[in-house]
Amino acid sequence: MDKEEKKNIGYLAEVTKGFIKENPIFILCLGLCPTLAISNLVENAFGMGFAFFFVLLCSNITISLVQKLIPDEVRIPCFIVIIAAFVTVAGLLMQWLIPDVYARMNLYINLIVVNCIILGRAEAFASKNNVLRSILDAVGMGIGFFAGLLLISAIREITGFGTFLGFRLIPQHIKPVAIMILAPGAFFTIGFLMALFNLIRMKKGKVSK
Amino acid sequence: MLKDKHLTVTVSPHIKTALSTEKMMWIVSCALIPASAAGIYFFGFRAALVIAACIVSSLLSELFCTLLMKKPATIKDGSAFLTGLLLALCLPPGLPLWMCFLGGFFAIAVSKFAFGGLGFNIFNPALAGRAFLMGAFAKEMTSWKTLRVFPDGITAATPLNLLKEQGYDSLMKVYDSHSYLFKELFIGHVGGSIGETSAALLIIGGLILLFARIITWHIPVSYILTVAIISYFTGGTFGIIFHLLSGGLMIGAFFMATDPVTSPLTSKGQLVFGAGCGILTMLIRLRGGYPEGVCYAILLMNSVTPLIERYSKTRIFGAGKNG
Repeated sequence: MDKEEKKNIGYLAEVTKGFIKENPIFILCLGLCPTLAISNLVENAFGMGFAFFFVLLCSNITISLVQKLIPDEVRIPCFIVIIAAFVTVAGLLMQWLIPDVYARMNLYINLIVVNCIILGRAEAFASKNNVLRSILDAVGMGIGFFAGLLLISAIREITGFGTFLGFRLIPQHIKPVAIMILAPGAFFTIGFLMALFNLIRMKKGKVSK
Repeated sequence: MLKDKHLTVTVSPHIKTALSTEKMMWIVSCALIPASAAGIYFFGFRAALVIAACIVSSLLSELFCTLLMKKPATIKDGSAFLTGLLLALCLPPGLPLWMCFLGGFFAIAVSKFAFGGLGFNIFNPALAGRAFLMGAFAKEMTSWKTLRVFPDGITAATPLNLLKEQGYDSLMKVYDSHSYLFKELFIGHVGGSIGETSAALLIIGGLILLFARIITWHIPVSYILTVAIISYFTGGTFGIIFHLLSGGLMIGAFFMATDPVTSPLTSKGQLVFGAGCGILTMLIRLRGGYPEGVCYAILLMNSVTPLIERYSKTRIFGAGKNG
Protein backbone atom coordinates (compact mmCIF):
# COMPACT_ATOMS: atom_id res chain seq x y z
CA MET A 1 0.00 0.00 0.00
CA ASP A 2 2.73 2.33 1.05
CA LYS A 3 4.78 1.48 -1.99
CA GLU A 4 1.85 2.02 -4.34
CA GLU A 5 1.25 5.45 -2.87
CA LYS A 6 4.90 6.31 -3.31
CA LYS A 7 4.80 5.32 -6.95
CA ASN A 8 1.81 7.55 -7.53
CA ILE A 9 3.92 10.64 -6.94
CA GLY A 10 5.06 11.83 -10.35
CA TYR A 11 8.72 12.43 -11.07
CA LEU A 12 8.16 16.15 -11.25
CA ALA A 13 6.39 16.18 -7.88
CA GLU A 14 9.41 14.39 -6.42
CA VAL A 15 11.43 17.49 -7.28
CA THR A 16 8.91 20.21 -6.46
CA LYS A 17 7.93 18.84 -3.06
CA GLY A 18 11.19 20.21 -1.72
CA PHE A 19 10.31 23.78 -2.72
CA ILE A 20 7.36 24.54 -0.48
CA LYS A 21 5.40 21.47 0.61
CA GLU A 22 8.37 19.79 2.27
CA ASN A 23 10.80 22.68 2.32
CA PRO A 24 13.66 21.43 4.50
CA ILE A 25 14.17 24.67 6.40
CA PHE A 26 10.73 26.14 6.82
CA ILE A 27 8.46 23.09 6.93
CA LEU A 28 10.64 20.16 8.03
CA CYS A 29 12.71 22.46 10.26
CA LEU A 30 15.86 20.52 9.43
CA GLY A 31 19.38 21.81 8.95
CA LEU A 32 18.71 24.84 11.11
CA CYS A 33 22.23 24.86 12.59
CA PRO A 34 24.06 25.89 9.40
CA THR A 35 21.10 28.06 8.46
CA LEU A 36 21.35 30.06 11.66
CA ALA A 37 25.12 30.19 11.61
CA ILE A 38 26.05 31.26 8.09
CA SER A 39 22.99 33.06 6.74
CA ASN A 40 24.25 36.56 7.50
CA LEU A 41 25.89 37.01 4.09
CA VAL A 42 24.54 36.06 0.68
CA GLU A 43 28.03 35.00 -0.35
CA ASN A 44 28.11 32.49 2.49
CA ALA A 45 24.72 31.21 1.45
CA PHE A 46 26.04 30.52 -2.06
CA GLY A 47 29.06 28.68 -0.70
CA MET A 48 27.01 26.66 1.73
CA GLY A 49 24.25 26.03 -0.79
CA PHE A 50 26.59 24.63 -3.44
CA ALA A 51 28.54 22.47 -1.01
CA PHE A 52 25.31 21.19 0.45
CA PHE A 53 23.79 20.49 -2.95
CA PHE A 54 26.85 18.58 -4.08
CA VAL A 55 27.02 16.44 -0.94
CA LEU A 56 23.29 15.74 -0.88
CA LEU A 57 23.20 14.72 -4.52
CA CYS A 58 26.27 12.49 -4.33
CA SER A 59 25.30 10.84 -1.06
CA ASN A 60 21.73 10.23 -2.18
CA ILE A 61 22.95 8.56 -5.38
CA THR A 62 25.54 6.45 -3.59
CA ILE A 63 23.26 5.37 -0.80
CA SER A 64 20.42 4.41 -3.10
CA LEU A 65 22.90 2.38 -5.15
CA VAL A 66 24.33 0.47 -2.19
CA GLN A 67 21.15 0.25 -0.11
CA LYS A 68 20.96 -3.53 -0.55
CA LEU A 69 24.53 -3.98 0.65
CA ILE A 70 24.22 -2.07 3.92
CA PRO A 71 23.19 -4.17 6.94
CA ASP A 72 20.27 -2.58 8.72
CA GLU A 73 21.99 -2.52 12.14
CA VAL A 74 24.90 -0.33 11.05
CA ARG A 75 23.17 1.81 8.45
CA ILE A 76 23.68 5.16 10.22
CA PRO A 77 27.49 4.77 10.53
CA CYS A 78 27.59 3.68 6.90
CA PHE A 79 25.60 6.72 5.81
CA ILE A 80 27.90 8.98 7.79
CA VAL A 81 31.01 7.49 6.22
CA ILE A 82 29.58 8.00 2.74
CA ILE A 83 28.48 11.55 3.53
CA ALA A 84 31.82 12.38 5.17
CA ALA A 85 33.68 11.27 2.06
CA PHE A 86 31.71 13.69 -0.10
CA VAL A 87 32.02 16.47 2.46
CA THR A 88 35.79 16.08 2.29
CA VAL A 89 35.63 16.30 -1.50
CA ALA A 90 33.45 19.40 -1.30
CA GLY A 91 35.74 20.98 1.29
CA LEU A 92 38.86 20.40 -0.78
CA LEU A 93 37.13 21.71 -3.91
CA MET A 94 36.07 24.87 -2.12
CA GLN A 95 39.52 25.36 -0.68
CA TRP A 96 40.84 25.30 -4.23
CA LEU A 97 38.14 27.37 -5.96
CA ILE A 98 36.96 29.88 -3.34
CA PRO A 99 39.59 29.91 -0.59
CA ASP A 100 38.38 33.06 1.20
CA VAL A 101 34.78 31.85 1.50
CA TYR A 102 36.07 28.50 2.68
CA ALA A 103 38.30 30.12 5.28
CA ARG A 104 35.28 31.89 6.71
CA MET A 105 33.09 28.85 6.98
CA ASN A 106 35.17 25.70 6.90
CA LEU A 107 33.78 24.65 10.27
CA TYR A 108 30.24 24.70 8.95
CA ILE A 109 31.24 22.94 5.74
CA ASN A 110 32.70 20.13 7.83
CA LEU A 111 29.55 20.04 9.91
CA ILE A 112 27.57 19.09 6.80
CA VAL A 113 28.63 15.55 7.74
CA VAL A 114 26.03 15.47 10.47
CA ASN A 115 23.57 17.76 8.72
CA CYS A 116 20.14 16.41 9.49
CA ILE A 117 18.71 17.09 6.05
CA ILE A 118 21.32 14.96 4.31
CA LEU A 119 21.22 12.23 6.93
CA GLY A 120 17.44 12.48 7.00
CA ARG A 121 17.13 12.12 3.22
CA ALA A 122 19.54 9.18 3.33
CA GLU A 123 17.58 7.45 6.06
CA ALA A 124 14.06 8.33 4.96
CA PHE A 125 14.41 8.39 1.20
CA ALA A 126 17.57 7.28 -0.54
CA SER A 127 17.85 3.99 1.34
CA LYS A 128 14.33 3.03 0.28
CA ASN A 129 14.03 4.38 -3.26
CA ASN A 130 15.72 3.84 -6.61
CA VAL A 131 18.50 5.98 -8.00
CA LEU A 132 16.39 8.17 -10.25
CA ARG A 133 13.95 9.11 -7.52
CA SER A 134 16.83 9.72 -5.10
CA ILE A 135 18.42 12.10 -7.59
CA LEU A 136 15.15 13.96 -8.07
CA ASP A 137 14.64 14.10 -4.32
CA ALA A 138 18.13 15.47 -3.81
CA VAL A 139 17.62 18.08 -6.51
CA GLY A 140 14.32 19.22 -4.98
CA MET A 141 15.60 19.28 -1.43
CA GLY A 142 18.84 20.93 -2.51
CA ILE A 143 16.99 23.68 -4.33
CA GLY A 144 14.58 24.10 -1.42
CA PHE A 145 17.44 24.46 1.04
CA PHE A 146 19.43 26.70 -1.27
CA ALA A 147 16.47 28.98 -1.93
CA GLY A 148 15.61 29.17 1.75
CA LEU A 149 19.19 29.98 2.65
CA LEU A 150 19.33 32.61 -0.07
CA LEU A 151 16.11 34.22 1.10
CA ILE A 152 17.17 34.38 4.75
CA SER A 153 20.65 35.63 3.99
CA ALA A 154 19.35 38.26 1.55
CA ILE A 155 17.01 39.65 4.20
CA ARG A 156 19.72 39.59 6.84
CA GLU A 157 22.47 41.06 4.71
CA ILE A 158 20.29 43.87 3.35
CA THR A 159 18.96 44.87 6.78
CA GLY A 160 22.08 44.12 8.80
CA PHE A 161 24.85 45.37 6.48
CA GLY A 162 22.85 47.42 3.97
CA THR A 163 24.45 45.42 1.14
CA PHE A 164 23.58 42.54 -1.19
CA LEU A 165 26.50 40.34 -2.25
CA GLY A 166 28.74 43.21 -1.26
CA PHE A 167 26.91 45.85 -3.35
CA ARG A 168 25.62 48.70 -1.24
CA LEU A 169 21.85 48.97 -1.49
CA ILE A 170 21.12 51.23 1.46
CA PRO A 171 23.09 54.50 1.60
CA GLN A 172 25.98 54.63 4.04
CA HIS A 173 24.52 57.30 6.28
CA ILE A 174 21.51 55.18 7.28
CA LYS A 175 22.73 52.92 10.03
CA PRO A 176 22.00 49.24 9.35
CA VAL A 177 20.19 47.24 12.01
CA ALA A 178 23.18 45.37 13.39
CA ILE A 179 21.09 42.87 15.34
CA MET A 180 19.97 41.28 12.08
CA ILE A 181 23.44 39.86 11.39
CA LEU A 182 23.69 38.50 14.93
CA ALA A 183 22.01 35.32 16.14
CA PRO A 184 18.69 36.97 17.18
CA GLY A 185 18.27 38.33 13.65
CA ALA A 186 18.50 34.81 12.27
CA PHE A 187 15.78 33.62 14.62
CA PHE A 188 13.50 36.57 13.79
CA THR A 189 13.91 36.04 10.06
CA ILE A 190 13.43 32.28 10.17
CA GLY A 191 10.44 32.63 12.48
CA PHE A 192 8.63 35.06 10.24
CA LEU A 193 9.45 33.16 7.06
CA MET A 194 8.20 29.96 8.72
CA ALA A 195 4.93 31.72 9.50
CA LEU A 196 4.74 32.87 5.90
CA PHE A 197 5.31 29.34 4.58
CA ASN A 198 2.64 27.96 6.90
CA LEU A 199 0.28 30.64 5.66
CA ILE A 200 0.97 29.64 2.05
CA ARG A 201 0.40 25.99 2.95
CA MET A 202 -2.84 26.76 4.75
CA LYS A 203 -4.12 28.84 1.85
CA LYS A 204 -3.26 26.03 -0.57
CA GLY A 205 -4.96 23.47 1.64
CA LYS A 206 -8.14 25.50 1.61
CA VAL A 207 -8.13 25.80 -2.16
CA SER A 208 -7.66 22.08 -2.74
CA LYS A 209 -10.44 21.23 -0.29
CA MET B 1 -37.25 42.95 41.40
CA LEU B 2 -36.18 41.42 38.15
CA LYS B 3 -36.45 44.03 35.52
CA ASP B 4 -34.99 41.94 32.74
CA LYS B 5 -37.20 39.34 31.20
CA HIS B 6 -34.44 36.83 30.87
CA LEU B 7 -32.37 35.40 33.62
CA THR B 8 -28.80 35.07 32.53
CA VAL B 9 -27.02 31.94 33.59
CA THR B 10 -23.25 32.21 33.60
CA VAL B 11 -20.33 30.50 35.20
CA SER B 12 -18.40 32.22 37.96
CA PRO B 13 -16.98 34.82 38.61
CA HIS B 14 -20.23 36.70 39.14
CA ILE B 15 -18.93 39.82 40.82
CA LYS B 16 -16.91 41.79 38.35
CA THR B 17 -14.70 44.73 39.04
CA ALA B 18 -15.22 47.96 37.23
CA LEU B 19 -11.54 48.00 36.37
CA SER B 20 -11.22 47.21 32.69
CA THR B 21 -8.02 46.68 30.75
CA GLU B 22 -8.57 50.02 29.12
CA LYS B 23 -8.97 51.88 32.39
CA MET B 24 -5.96 50.12 33.85
CA MET B 25 -3.74 51.10 30.93
CA TRP B 26 -4.71 54.75 31.20
CA ILE B 27 -4.15 54.83 34.97
CA VAL B 28 -0.65 53.41 34.47
CA SER B 29 0.00 55.97 31.74
CA CYS B 30 -1.15 58.74 34.07
CA ALA B 31 1.10 57.42 36.82
CA LEU B 32 4.00 57.85 34.41
CA ILE B 33 3.23 61.50 33.71
CA PRO B 34 5.41 62.94 36.52
CA ALA B 35 8.44 60.92 35.45
CA SER B 36 7.91 61.76 31.77
CA ALA B 37 7.53 65.44 32.59
CA ALA B 38 10.75 65.34 34.57
CA GLY B 39 12.48 63.65 31.64
CA ILE B 40 11.35 66.40 29.28
CA TYR B 41 12.38 69.05 31.82
CA PHE B 42 15.86 67.61 32.34
CA PHE B 43 16.66 66.54 28.79
CA GLY B 44 14.80 69.19 26.83
CA PHE B 45 12.47 69.13 23.86
CA ARG B 46 14.35 66.25 22.21
CA ALA B 47 13.03 63.90 24.89
CA ALA B 48 9.46 64.92 24.07
CA LEU B 49 10.12 64.05 20.42
CA VAL B 50 11.41 60.61 21.39
CA ILE B 51 8.32 59.98 23.51
CA ALA B 52 6.02 61.15 20.72
CA ALA B 53 7.81 59.04 18.12
CA CYS B 54 7.58 55.88 20.23
CA ILE B 55 3.90 56.37 21.01
CA VAL B 56 2.95 57.17 17.42
CA SER B 57 4.87 54.21 16.05
CA SER B 58 3.36 51.86 18.66
CA LEU B 59 -0.15 53.02 17.84
CA LEU B 60 0.42 52.73 14.09
CA SER B 61 1.94 49.26 14.51
CA GLU B 62 -1.03 48.17 16.61
CA LEU B 63 -3.41 49.45 13.93
CA PHE B 64 -1.39 47.79 11.19
CA CYS B 65 -1.25 44.43 12.99
CA THR B 66 -4.93 44.33 13.88
CA LEU B 67 -5.82 45.14 10.27
CA LEU B 68 -3.38 42.58 8.91
CA MET B 69 -4.56 39.82 11.24
CA LYS B 70 -8.21 40.85 10.86
CA LYS B 71 -8.59 41.17 14.62
CA PRO B 72 -10.88 43.63 16.38
CA ALA B 73 -9.24 47.05 16.55
CA THR B 74 -7.51 47.37 19.92
CA ILE B 75 -5.80 50.65 19.23
CA LYS B 76 -8.02 52.48 21.70
CA ASP B 77 -7.48 50.19 24.68
CA GLY B 78 -4.39 52.13 25.67
CA SER B 79 -2.03 49.17 25.73
CA ALA B 80 -0.14 50.30 22.66
CA PHE B 81 0.00 53.84 24.01
CA LEU B 82 1.44 52.56 27.29
CA THR B 83 3.95 50.33 25.54
CA GLY B 84 5.14 53.26 23.46
CA LEU B 85 5.43 55.50 26.50
CA LEU B 86 7.29 52.89 28.55
CA LEU B 87 9.63 52.20 25.65
CA ALA B 88 10.41 55.89 25.23
CA LEU B 89 11.09 56.27 28.95
CA CYS B 90 13.85 53.69 28.81
CA LEU B 91 15.55 55.13 25.73
CA PRO B 92 18.32 57.73 25.73
CA PRO B 93 16.96 61.19 24.87
CA GLY B 94 19.26 61.70 21.90
CA LEU B 95 18.26 58.56 19.99
CA PRO B 96 17.53 59.21 16.28
CA LEU B 97 13.78 59.27 15.76
CA TRP B 98 13.65 56.59 13.07
CA MET B 99 15.25 54.21 15.55
CA CYS B 100 12.47 55.09 18.01
CA PHE B 101 9.95 54.22 15.30
CA LEU B 102 11.66 50.91 14.67
CA GLY B 103 11.71 50.14 18.39
CA GLY B 104 8.00 50.84 18.72
CA PHE B 105 7.27 48.67 15.72
CA PHE B 106 9.35 45.82 17.11
CA ALA B 107 7.74 46.10 20.54
CA ILE B 108 4.22 45.85 19.16
CA ALA B 109 4.52 43.77 16.01
CA VAL B 110 7.17 41.25 16.99
CA SER B 111 7.06 40.91 20.74
CA LYS B 112 3.29 41.28 21.09
CA PHE B 113 1.37 40.40 17.94
CA ALA B 114 3.67 37.65 16.72
CA PHE B 115 2.73 35.85 19.93
CA GLY B 116 -1.00 36.48 19.49
CA GLY B 117 -1.64 39.98 20.81
CA LEU B 118 -2.27 41.47 24.21
CA GLY B 119 -2.35 38.82 26.93
CA PHE B 120 -0.34 36.27 24.97
CA ASN B 121 3.04 37.95 24.86
CA ILE B 122 5.84 36.20 26.74
CA PHE B 123 8.05 39.23 27.10
CA ASN B 124 7.24 42.74 28.20
CA PRO B 125 6.86 44.49 24.83
CA ALA B 126 8.47 47.77 25.88
CA LEU B 127 11.54 46.03 27.28
CA ALA B 128 11.76 43.72 24.28
CA GLY B 129 11.72 46.82 22.08
CA ARG B 130 14.52 48.30 24.13
CA ALA B 131 16.55 45.10 24.03
CA PHE B 132 16.11 45.00 20.25
CA LEU B 133 17.37 48.56 19.88
CA MET B 134 20.24 47.77 22.23
CA GLY B 135 21.26 44.86 20.03
CA ALA B 136 20.77 46.79 16.83
CA PHE B 137 22.26 50.19 17.67
CA ALA B 138 24.50 49.66 20.67
CA LYS B 139 26.44 52.87 20.09
CA GLU B 140 23.42 55.16 19.82
CA MET B 141 21.74 53.45 22.75
CA THR B 142 24.61 54.23 25.09
CA SER B 143 25.44 57.79 24.06
CA TRP B 144 23.88 59.97 26.69
CA LYS B 145 23.00 63.50 25.81
CA THR B 146 24.27 66.31 27.97
CA LEU B 147 21.68 67.46 30.46
CA ARG B 148 19.90 70.65 29.53
CA VAL B 149 20.07 72.08 33.03
CA PHE B 150 23.34 70.55 34.11
CA PRO B 151 25.34 73.31 35.81
CA ASP B 152 28.73 72.74 34.19
CA GLY B 153 27.61 70.98 31.04
CA ILE B 154 29.57 67.83 31.85
CA THR B 155 28.95 64.96 29.50
CA ALA B 156 26.32 63.10 31.36
CA ALA B 157 27.41 59.49 31.44
CA THR B 158 25.09 57.66 33.75
CA PRO B 159 26.38 57.20 37.30
CA LEU B 160 26.25 53.44 36.85
CA ASN B 161 28.30 53.79 33.68
CA LEU B 162 30.87 55.94 35.44
CA LEU B 163 31.16 53.46 38.27
CA LYS B 164 31.55 50.54 35.90
CA GLU B 165 33.93 52.07 33.37
CA GLN B 166 36.04 54.41 35.46
CA GLY B 167 35.54 53.34 39.03
CA TYR B 168 34.38 54.88 42.25
CA ASP B 169 36.96 57.67 42.32
CA SER B 170 35.94 59.32 39.08
CA LEU B 171 32.30 59.01 40.08
CA MET B 172 33.16 61.00 43.18
CA LYS B 173 35.08 63.50 41.07
CA VAL B 174 31.91 64.35 39.14
CA TYR B 175 29.62 64.35 42.15
CA ASP B 176 31.63 65.78 45.03
CA SER B 177 30.01 64.04 47.95
CA HIS B 178 27.79 61.09 48.67
CA SER B 179 24.94 63.27 49.78
CA TYR B 180 25.10 65.39 46.62
CA LEU B 181 25.12 62.28 44.43
CA PHE B 182 22.18 60.80 46.30
CA LYS B 183 20.22 64.04 46.05
CA GLU B 184 20.83 64.25 42.31
CA LEU B 185 19.88 60.62 41.85
CA PHE B 186 16.75 61.07 43.90
CA ILE B 187 15.39 63.99 41.90
CA GLY B 188 16.72 62.61 38.63
CA HIS B 189 19.27 65.24 37.72
CA VAL B 190 21.71 62.72 36.22
CA GLY B 191 22.42 61.25 32.82
CA GLY B 192 20.33 58.31 31.75
CA SER B 193 17.26 57.25 29.87
CA ILE B 194 14.39 59.72 29.63
CA GLY B 195 12.14 58.37 32.32
CA GLU B 196 14.37 56.30 34.55
CA THR B 197 16.40 58.98 36.25
CA SER B 198 13.99 60.51 38.73
CA ALA B 199 13.60 57.98 41.53
CA ALA B 200 11.32 60.25 43.53
CA LEU B 201 8.74 60.76 40.80
CA LEU B 202 8.80 57.09 39.85
CA ILE B 203 8.11 56.14 43.45
CA ILE B 204 5.17 58.55 43.45
CA GLY B 205 3.89 56.90 40.26
CA GLY B 206 4.40 53.48 41.81
CA LEU B 207 2.44 54.49 44.89
CA ILE B 208 -0.41 55.64 42.65
CA LEU B 209 -0.47 52.19 41.07
CA LEU B 210 -0.42 50.50 44.47
CA PHE B 211 -3.15 52.80 45.74
CA ALA B 212 -5.30 52.21 42.65
CA ARG B 213 -4.74 48.48 43.21
CA ILE B 214 -3.36 47.99 39.73
CA ILE B 215 -0.29 46.29 41.14
CA THR B 216 0.29 44.52 44.41
CA TRP B 217 3.28 45.18 46.62
CA HIS B 218 4.88 41.77 46.10
CA ILE B 219 7.01 42.28 42.99
CA PRO B 220 8.33 45.80 43.69
CA VAL B 221 9.08 45.06 47.34
CA SER B 222 10.82 41.75 46.76
CA TYR B 223 12.71 43.18 43.76
CA ILE B 224 13.93 46.28 45.60
CA LEU B 225 14.64 44.39 48.80
CA THR B 226 16.76 41.82 46.97
CA VAL B 227 18.76 44.56 45.28
CA ALA B 228 19.20 46.31 48.65
CA ILE B 229 20.43 43.16 50.37
CA ILE B 230 22.91 42.26 47.64
CA SER B 231 24.22 45.81 47.36
CA TYR B 232 24.63 46.02 51.14
CA PHE B 233 26.87 42.97 51.14
CA THR B 234 28.91 44.23 48.21
CA GLY B 235 29.04 47.95 48.87
CA GLY B 236 27.80 48.78 52.34
CA THR B 237 25.36 51.61 52.98
CA PHE B 238 26.65 53.60 50.01
CA GLY B 239 25.93 50.56 47.84
CA ILE B 240 22.34 50.30 49.01
CA ILE B 241 21.38 53.89 48.33
CA PHE B 242 23.37 54.11 45.13
CA HIS B 243 22.01 50.93 43.58
CA LEU B 244 18.44 51.60 44.63
CA LEU B 245 18.33 55.11 43.19
CA SER B 246 20.40 54.74 40.05
CA GLY B 247 19.62 53.18 36.70
CA GLY B 248 16.24 51.84 35.76
CA LEU B 249 15.51 50.02 39.00
CA MET B 250 12.54 52.11 40.11
CA ILE B 251 10.79 52.21 36.74
CA GLY B 252 11.61 48.53 36.32
CA ALA B 253 10.34 47.45 39.71
CA PHE B 254 7.11 49.47 39.63
CA PHE B 255 6.18 49.64 35.96
CA MET B 256 7.94 46.92 34.01
CA ALA B 257 8.22 43.87 36.23
CA THR B 258 4.62 44.27 37.39
CA ASP B 259 3.16 43.90 33.89
CA PRO B 260 0.23 41.54 34.59
CA VAL B 261 0.69 39.56 31.38
CA THR B 262 4.32 38.64 31.80
CA SER B 263 4.60 38.21 35.56
CA PRO B 264 3.25 35.42 37.82
CA LEU B 265 -0.30 35.56 39.16
CA THR B 266 0.08 34.26 42.69
CA SER B 267 1.66 36.32 45.43
CA LYS B 268 4.16 33.57 46.20
CA GLY B 269 5.16 33.48 42.56
CA GLN B 270 5.43 37.24 42.45
CA LEU B 271 7.82 37.24 45.40
CA VAL B 272 10.02 34.69 43.64
CA PHE B 273 9.79 36.69 40.40
CA GLY B 274 10.84 39.93 42.12
CA ALA B 275 13.71 38.26 43.92
CA GLY B 276 14.91 36.70 40.67
CA CYS B 277 14.81 40.10 38.96
CA GLY B 278 16.82 41.57 41.84
CA ILE B 279 19.48 38.88 41.76
CA LEU B 280 19.89 39.09 37.99
CA THR B 281 19.98 42.88 38.01
CA MET B 282 22.76 42.94 40.59
CA LEU B 283 24.61 40.12 38.88
CA ILE B 284 24.68 42.09 35.63
CA ARG B 285 25.55 45.38 37.35
CA LEU B 286 28.38 43.95 39.42
CA ARG B 287 29.75 41.14 37.28
CA GLY B 288 28.31 41.56 33.79
CA GLY B 289 29.54 43.48 30.79
CA TYR B 290 26.75 46.06 30.88
CA PRO B 291 26.51 48.85 33.45
CA GLU B 292 22.78 48.32 33.87
CA GLY B 293 20.87 45.07 34.09
CA VAL B 294 17.23 45.88 34.83
CA CYS B 295 16.02 45.39 31.26
CA TYR B 296 17.66 42.03 30.72
CA ALA B 297 16.87 40.85 34.25
CA ILE B 298 13.15 41.41 33.77
CA LEU B 299 13.16 39.89 30.29
CA LEU B 300 14.95 36.80 31.60
CA MET B 301 12.51 36.46 34.45
CA ASN B 302 9.62 36.90 31.98
CA SER B 303 10.84 33.80 30.24
CA VAL B 304 10.71 31.71 33.42
CA THR B 305 7.31 33.06 34.49
CA PRO B 306 5.44 29.93 33.28
CA LEU B 307 7.80 27.79 35.36
CA ILE B 308 7.25 29.96 38.44
CA GLU B 309 3.50 29.75 37.92
CA ARG B 310 3.72 26.01 37.80
CA TYR B 311 5.55 25.70 41.10
CA SER B 312 3.62 28.39 42.94
CA LYS B 313 0.16 27.15 42.10
CA THR B 314 -2.17 27.60 45.05
CA ARG B 315 -3.50 24.38 46.48
CA ILE B 316 -7.09 23.67 45.58
CA PHE B 317 -9.08 23.34 48.78
CA GLY B 318 -9.93 19.75 49.56
CA ALA B 319 -8.08 18.34 46.60
CA GLY B 320 -5.42 16.61 48.67
CA LYS B 321 -1.74 17.16 48.92
CA ASN B 322 -1.07 17.42 45.21
CA GLY B 323 -4.13 19.44 44.33
